[in-house]
Amino acid sequence: MAEAAIRATGIVKWFGEGEAKTTAVKDVSIEAYFGEMLYIVGPSGSGKTTLLSVLSGILRPDSGSVTVEGADIWKLSSDKLADFRLQKIGFVFQDFHLFPRLTTAENVAIPLILKRENWSDAIVEAKKYLEIVGLKGRADLPPVKLSGGEQQRVAIARAIVGKPDIMIMDEPTASLDGDTGQSIVRFVKQNVLNEKRCILIVTHDDRIAEFASRTLKMEDGKLIGVEKGGSM
Amino acid sequence: MTGILKLAYKLLVNDKAKFTALLVGITFAVFLMIAMTSLFAGVLYRASATVVNLGASMWIMDPSVQTVANTIGMPDYVLDAVRSIHGVDYAVPVYTGSGLVKLADGSFQAANVVGLDDTSLFGRPNLIQGKIEDIYAENGFIVIKDTEFRKMNNPTVGTEFEVNEHRGVIVGIATVNSSGLFGIPTLYTTYNRALEYIPNPRFTISYVLVDPKTPADVANIKREVQGLGYLALTKDEFMSKISAFYMFQTGMGMNLLIMTIMSFIVGLSISGQTFYTFVLENIEKFGALKAMGAKSRELILMILFQASFTALTGYGLGIGLCAGTIALAKMRLPDYAAMIMYWNLGLALGMVVIIAAISSYFGVRRVLRIEPFDIFRG
Repeated sequence: MAEAAIRATGIVKWFGEGEAKTTAVKDVSIEAYFGEMLYIVGPSGSGKTTLLSVLSGILRPDSGSVTVEGADIWKLSSDKLADFRLQKIGFVFQDFHLFPRLTTAENVAIPLILKRENWSDAIVEAKKYLEIVGLKGRADLPPVKLSGGEQQRVAIARAIVGKPDIMIMDEPTASLDGDTGQSIVRFVKQNVLNEKRCILIVTHDDRIAEFASRTLKMEDGKLIGVEKGGSM
Repeated sequence: MTGILKLAYKLLVNDKAKFTALLVGITFAVFLMIAMTSLFAGVLYRASATVVNLGASMWIMDPSVQTVANTIGMPDYVLDAVRSIHGVDYAVPVYTGSGLVKLADGSFQAANVVGLDDTSLFGRPNLIQGKIEDIYAENGFIVIKDTEFRKMNNPTVGTEFEVNEHRGVIVGIATVNSSGLFGIPTLYTTYNRALEYIPNPRFTISYVLVDPKTPADVANIKREVQGLGYLALTKDEFMSKISAFYMFQTGMGMNLLIMTIMSFIVGLSISGQTFYTFVLENIEKFGALKAMGAKSRELILMILFQASFTALTGYGLGIGLCAGTIALAKMRLPDYAAMIMYWNLGLALGMVVIIAAISSYFGVRRVLRIEPFDIFRG
C-alpha cells in the first residue's frame, strides 16, 4: 500500500441553524493515497463537494480531522492554511475560474506569482506547463479565445504548475462534451498523475469512470461504499 | 510582492471599459475640484493685487482694515513714528483710492488711483512706454496695461483725461504682476498729487510701507506699531487677512465649499460605484485566488493598489486637463482669474484619497466576506 496523502477521520459538516440545520457530511472517514486517482461520486446533494472542500482546506469541518502528510490541517492558523493550499493543493474548479483579462500564460502563472516568484520567471514556467497540456502557441491568447476543452487544460496547467502533491478536480467534465471530457481525464491520468501525487475528483459523469483508481460512493452525506476502479 | 501588484494592475487595466469609466469619473471630479478652487485662488490673489504689485515687505494700517481696498486713513505722525522704530530700514506712505475719470469722448470710468511716495516712488510699476521721472510732470499719471486698460479707451502717452475734474495726462504705460479684482483700470501717480486730486478725510495715509532691516526685526516692528494703536502685517499676513475676509465674510468661501463638495460627491459616486462594480464582477476570481492560497492581506493589498493606482492616474489626468483648460482659457479670456496653487492640488489629492479609500473599503469588505467554498461549489 502506498503512503496516505490525506487521512480524514470522522468528518461532520453541517450548514444552517435550528430547524434549517442540514448535515451535509455525516461522520465520513477516508484515506487517499499517493499515486491514485480517487473519485468521489454520488447524486447531487450527497455531500461530495462539501467533503472535497473539507479535505482540501477550504471548508472547516464541524468535527473530525484531516491529516495531510502527518499534519492536521484544521489546526493551522488561517495564514498557514492558505500557505498549505498554495504549496500542497492544485485546484481545478468546475467553472475553471480563469481570469478573462489575463493571457493564458498569465492565468497559469498565478500560483507561482502567489508563491512570490518573479513575474517573468513565472510566465516562462507557465509556458512550459502549457506545452505539457498541449497548448503550445496559445500562451498569449485570452482564455475566451479557447474552446471549453482547451480552457479545462489551462485550468489543469494552473493546478499543476506549482507542483502540488494533491490535485483537486470538481466536476472536471461538467461543461465539456463526452469525448473532450474523456480525453481530458485520460490526459490527467497519463500525464499528471504520478506516484508522488494524489488526485481527487468529484464527478457523477460515468463516461470517465474507467480512469478511477478507487471510487468512494456517497449518499445523503454518508460514505456508502468504496470500490476499486471506476463504478458509478 | 511586486508579482501580486502586477497581477492587480493587469486585472485592472485590461478591463478597459471599467478602467476608462473609473478614470473618467476621477479625472472629471479632480478637474471640477481644481477648477473651482483654482478660480477661487485666482480671485483671492486678485483681491490682493495692490499688495502684490507694490511689493512691500510690511504694511502698517489701521487695525480695522479688512481688505486692501478698504482703507482707513492714518495721520502723518504714524509715518514719522514708524520711521523711528528700531529695525526699520525705510518707511514710505502710499495712497490708494478711487477716482472718477472723464475720458476724451466724454464718458466716465471709475479707476483705482495709487499714489506713490514722491521721493522714492517705492512700488512703481514696470514701465513699457514713457519715463518714470515724467510722473513728476504736471498732471502726470501712469496707466497700467492690464485687462482693464481698454476701459480707458486704450490710451497712449500724451492722452488727456480728467480725474475728479482735474486734468490728467498719461506719461507712461506700465505693467504689474496682478490685475485687480474689481474690473476697473489702475492709474499711478505721486502721493501728493493723489491727495490733491482725490477728495479725502482728515487723515490721508492709506498705508505705510516698511522694509525691515532684517527678518528678525519684524517682531519688534509689529510690537512697536501695536503700541501706536496700529497694525503691522507682513505681505503674506496681509494677503492671508484679505483672503480670510473674502472666504469667511462674503459668502464666497461657502459657495466654493458647496461647489467643491458637489464635485467630490460626483467623483465619489461615479468612481465609487464603478470600482465596487469592478470588485463585484471579479469577486469569484478573488474567491478563486483565496482558494488557491492567496492570503486576505494580499487581496486587500491588490484592491488598495487598484484603487490607489486609479485614483492617482485620474488625479494626474485631472490636473493636466484643468491646467490645459486654464491655459487655453487665459489665452482667450485675459480676465480669467483661475490659478492653480499647491493648496488646490493638496485639497484635490486629499479628496481623491478619500474617494479611493471609500471605494476600496466597500470592495475590501466584500472580498473578505467571500468564502472559497462559495466559489468551489459554484
